[in-house]
Amino acid sequence: MNEELKVPTMAELFAAGKQPEVLFWVGCAGSFDDRAKRITKAFVKILQKADVSFAVLGTEESCSGDPAKRAGNEFLFQMQAVTNIEVMNGYGIKSIVTACPHCFNTIKNEYPGLGGNYQVMHHTQFMNALLEEGRITLEGGSYKGKRITFHDPCYLGRANNIYEAPRNIIKKLDAQLVEMKNCRKKGLCCGAGGAQMFKESEKGDKEVNIERTEEAMQTQPEIIAAACPFCNTMMTDGVKSKDKEASVKVMDIAELIANAEDL
Amino acid sequence: MQYLPNIIFLIILITGIGYFSKNVKKLIRNINLGRGEMPADEKPERFKNMARIALGQSKMVVRPIAGLLHVIVYLGFIIINIEVLEIIIDGIFGTHRVFAPLGKIYNILIASFEVLALLVILAVVIFWLRRNFIRIKRFIKPEMKGWPKMDANLILYIELVLMALFLTMNAADYQLQLMDTPHYTKAGLFPVSQFITSIFDGMSVNSVMLIERTAWWMHIVGILAFLNYLYYSKHLHILLAFPNTYYGKLTAPGQFDNLEAVTKEVKLMMDPNADPFAAPAEDAPPPDKFGASDVMDLSKVQLLNAYTCTECGRCTSECPANLTGKKLSPRKIMMDTRDRLEEVGSNMDANKGKFIEDGRQLLGDFISPEELWACTSCNACVEACPVSIDPLSIIISMRQYMVMEQSAAPSELNIMMGNIENNGAPWPFNQMDRLNWVDES
Repeated sequence: MNEELKVPTMAELFAAGKQPEVLFWVGCAGSFDDRAKRITKAFVKILQKADVSFAVLGTEESCSGDPAKRAGNEFLFQMQAVTNIEVMNGYGIKSIVTACPHCFNTIKNEYPGLGGNYQVMHHTQFMNALLEEGRITLEGGSYKGKRITFHDPCYLGRANNIYEAPRNIIKKLDAQLVEMKNCRKKGLCCGAGGAQMFKESEKGDKEVNIERTEEAMQTQPEIIAAACPFCNTMMTDGVKSKDKEASVKVMDIAELIANAEDL
Repeated sequence: MQYLPNIIFLIILITGIGYFSKNVKKLIRNINLGRGEMPADEKPERFKNMARIALGQSKMVVRPIAGLLHVIVYLGFIIINIEVLEIIIDGIFGTHRVFAPLGKIYNILIASFEVLALLVILAVVIFWLRRNFIRIKRFIKPEMKGWPKMDANLILYIELVLMALFLTMNAADYQLQLMDTPHYTKAGLFPVSQFITSIFDGMSVNSVMLIERTAWWMHIVGILAFLNYLYYSKHLHILLAFPNTYYGKLTAPGQFDNLEAVTKEVKLMMDPNADPFAAPAEDAPPPDKFGASDVMDLSKVQLLNAYTCTECGRCTSECPANLTGKKLSPRKIMMDTRDRLEEVGSNMDANKGKFIEDGRQLLGDFISPEELWACTSCNACVEACPVSIDPLSIIISMRQYMVMEQSAAPSELNIMMGNIENNGAPWPFNQMDRLNWVDES
């Protein structure tokens, strides 16, 4: 089924004199992390199904600089940002969609001050819009009545006030959305943000992802829905540590749609 | 001799307000030790935030119990201050209940002050129980031991005493009115204190007058003392919550400022025409320090944040690092920043307004790297603060110093950053392999 994946690069389209509707910013996790690559592919399938003309930067894409900035390395962040902006402005890119809330936040909020002005959307917003415009339709079916809890990524929710787009999609799946006691504005972090993903945590009594997984488990979910590759990793690890991976799946919103559509 | 009380009153009033003003000047001087300027943009938006968050208490009521109790004390504080105005006029001019000619309105005013005073007493008692008996977690964290705990209790005791004095004063006054005492104008409605009045039954006019005068004087002197206590206490928030919410962040919470000093350097590095060997001009100012190791490296708004913090601990109670037993407590970040700023201020006071290097700084002597590296930058603390304090921005400023000035990041983060520099991803994958996922099954 992989031959179906047609992923044009900006360079190819540019050479053919074409401009896509939107740039899909894949991000480092989406490009290299085995789990996140499945999310990337699911999202590409949705884009194809909806006939969205898109392209990726491919080998011209580089880290958005988010983990460097949150770690305090403003130099490295700005070097990354300026390089990426040069590439994207070179292609005259106007709108961007990404499945990573960290890339989303950085490109949307921190690139404009360095000369990168784009309309930036998170993939949950983009997919929600596709659903609302009728460019994709959901029958629900396989998810009908399933208990799904949604873990708010900090950089999507609190950082950018996006709470409803992912929830609307879950509701359209005819699934039963069950909320954790800490959700939306009070959503508890998965423990990966602020460059924590790349280091051991400081001494404490517990890992943050275990705490959050326990909160998720209290809702007795069949699926923990995530909307961030890093949250996905943290929650998956949490579920594994509870020996629940057989009964509880951690899935990205894009994967939910792709599966429901049997893509 | 007839004017002696008026003169004494004036002296106390001027001393009280004068000493407070002196400390306010100090406070402003200390805040101005910070970098940059206070934001002067988007005034309407800022006023709206101040009205909604500080005046309207919108973020306090997110936690309904503490929120409701706080609204009562807050309203009591603001409304009962109308009474203080009357007391000051009476004190200066030797009048008694000078607003009494307002008639019905006056009755309503006095009655509502009394009801509020009773409610404040009730709220304060519940607050005290919450702090000392129910032992709510956020009130017994390590940074709350010693002075911060005592400070919190002292504030409650003072408020309790002030309200009790206010009601005693009214009760005695009402009794004197009933006894047709000259000078005691028949005015006011006393829905609460009338129930205390009966304890004065059988006392002579002079004794009741003595009680009334004592309560009156102690009440106003107490208010002036409380005003002066503010500067030495966490309680400054009753004033600073207003400017602090006004100057609060307007951009998306996830947006961290881009350091301008770095932008300049990056532009120079990216400019193919720049001379890499160019020496800086002779008169060029020394380059800005990157990030913050001490309070003078923080911004003015960050320092105002520190003075505004009233140590409620809502930030800490929502911090994922703190919840899982790490050392980081956003409240402690704010308390440490304020304590260091006060230390720097006292140093300046002792040295004719000049800061003499004391071999101490915020990083290390107050806040440890372990605390700073435990932050996930999740913004829960910022969201939780009822008065728009941003502990996260201070954490990031201090990380910037550790990384860019000291190269003192944890080694795993150095590896991550090395990877980004070398191959454009936090992991050691080649940038040329970025599209390989398309062909993998």
